[in-house]
Amino acid sequence: MRTDTAAPRQLGSHVILIAAAIVVIVPVLWVVAAGFRTQISLLTGAFFFTPVLTSFIEVLFSKTSDFLVNYRNSLIVGLTSTALCLVVATLAAWSLHRMRWPGWVVHIFLAWALLFHMIPPIALAGAWFTMARAVGLDNTFTALILAHTVLNLPMALWLMGVFVREVPRELEEAAAIDGASTPLLLWRIVLPIIAPGLAATGVLTFVFSWNEFAVALNLTMKQTATVPVAIAKFAQDFEILYTQMAASAALSILPALILLLIGQRYIVKGLTQGAVK
Amino acid sequence: MASRSLAIPAPDVAPRHATRSAKSGHDRHGDDRTWRWVTFGPALALMLALSVLPLANLLVTSFYDVTWAQGQAVWSPVGLAHYLALPGDELFRAGLRNTLIFAIGAVGGQMVIGFALALLCSRVAHGRVVYRTIFILPILIPGIVVGAIWKLMLNYDFGLINQAIGLIGLDPRDWLGANETALASVIVVDIWHWTPFCFLLFLAGIESLPQDVYEAARVDGAKAWQELVYITLPMMWPAILVTFAFRLVLAFKVFDEVYLLTSGGPGTATEVVSFTLYQRFFTEDRVGYGAAMSVAVIFIVSLLLVLALTTRRRSEASA
Repeated sequence: MRTDTAAPRQLGSHVILIAAAIVVIVPVLWVVAAGFRTQISLLTGAFFFTPVLTSFIEVLFSKTSDFLVNYRNSLIVGLTSTALCLVVATLAAWSLHRMRWPGWVVHIFLAWALLFHMIPPIALAGAWFTMARAVGLDNTFTALILAHTVLNLPMALWLMGVFVREVPRELEEAAAIDGASTPLLLWRIVLPIIAPGLAATGVLTFVFSWNEFAVALNLTMKQTATVPVAIAKFAQDFEILYTQMAASAALSILPALILLLIGQRYIVKGLTQGAVK
Repeated sequence: MASRSLAIPAPDVAPRHATRSAKSGHDRHGDDRTWRWVTFGPALALMLALSVLPLANLLVTSFYDVTWAQGQAVWSPVGLAHYLALPGDELFRAGLRNTLIFAIGAVGGQMVIGFALALLCSRVAHGRVVYRTIFILPILIPGIVVGAIWKLMLNYDFGLINQAIGLIGLDPRDWLGANETALASVIVVDIWHWTPFCFLLFLAGIESLPQDVYEAARVDGAKAWQELVYITLPMMWPAILVTFAFRLVLAFKVFDEVYLLTSGGPGTATEVVSFTLYQRFFTEDRVGYGAAMSVAVIFIVSLLLVLALTTRRRSEASA
């Protein structure tokens, strides 16, 4: 890398980067704007329009719309599976990297997690559905929460593995010699050090659970459907309600937008350390 | 950096009777063994119950035909019939072919554009964080919403794309409905969605390259393009190869965008393998056949993964 101070070259770089930024941002803004249009104004393609809230009100408060329920469902599933995933992954990462497991246990488990991460989730959704029905968990949040937890577990395992290995070994050994039990060691020594890593992993886990569609589509019914499932429904109606689809799309990216503004540091950290989506 | 983080982390397997056994008093070893299982147990149980067990379930189901009679599942063994039927399944073949084209097109595009933008971004003196914030946005948007956004953008009647090409005098096109442009459109949408991810990885990689090499080059009067060709690219090459290999495998997961944009159509123009699975298993409710297809897809992905891991080992050896 070199920070080039020659003015024309700087200008050239900025021009290209700004063009790329426009390509990224315009589709999003255009769709958000479409949410504020009337169906007619959108269909006629007029550039200028008077913003109306009809679509948002329709999506949020009409009797025929379940969007608020879907939103709540997504929050429940996202928050619970994230919490579960963080606890399970952090304990396992610490265990695998810092306790005396035979090398083959660690390698086989992590290799399996990697393979599992690469398999299209839809290939397992059928089996999950059958299993959930067999134990009476079909169409419950539990089934979807467990599915999202395990889907995000490989990513959380690698990320937490990276962060756990940053904890100085000497510190753990010193604590052990001072007589700290394993839970105390984890709580007082390890946890404070890996807290930023936990935040990074948590933000990503939540976002990926919030975004997940293929499995949610097949493990949920009307009452348990999440936001992506609800948005997909718009596209399948005989007459697509474009402005309502746009409005719900706009509403659905709100959590991610908030996280991007307050926690960008963690998102960048998580994405670049994990290198996996 | 990217190459390191893609690796399965090497375990810090402590030598037997290492430092901690110096602890006197109660049985440290017995204590350790308990806590080892308490900490690892939940992850192991979760993985066994939700990945190994379903896979076994799929494997068994793939040798049966499952039909429903009076609310009861009727299992009739069919042997290898489902597997033998796979190669002749037009939809499955189209799915595999399109997934391959999609993966190479989309990932190739993401890598080239992502690298170019990362290189430019690493050179600007001001505004790097602003660009980065904007570029992260698509990664965080749900795939289904990306589909919704581009279904509107590419709409024949009022989509922004047709409006824009109308301004320069071109006729509107039915991007998602025409055979020639449907798959290309889906690829472009995926490039829009995931280029930022490649950008972010490459930016982190470029920023972590050692500075002294560049300083030495500059003292020797190297030009910017020479730095790129002789320093940046060779040093980034392992990371580039590994990212490419892994993104290719991950492209097999594509489902959301296709589901919303084209549902595999027109005809089989955008049929991808995840969508074929969905149709056979869920829409047509052919559980046995769908299970066989799942097993086949998982097998193909494992093969690709082995290839990707070999790439990594080779690129690490040459680095």
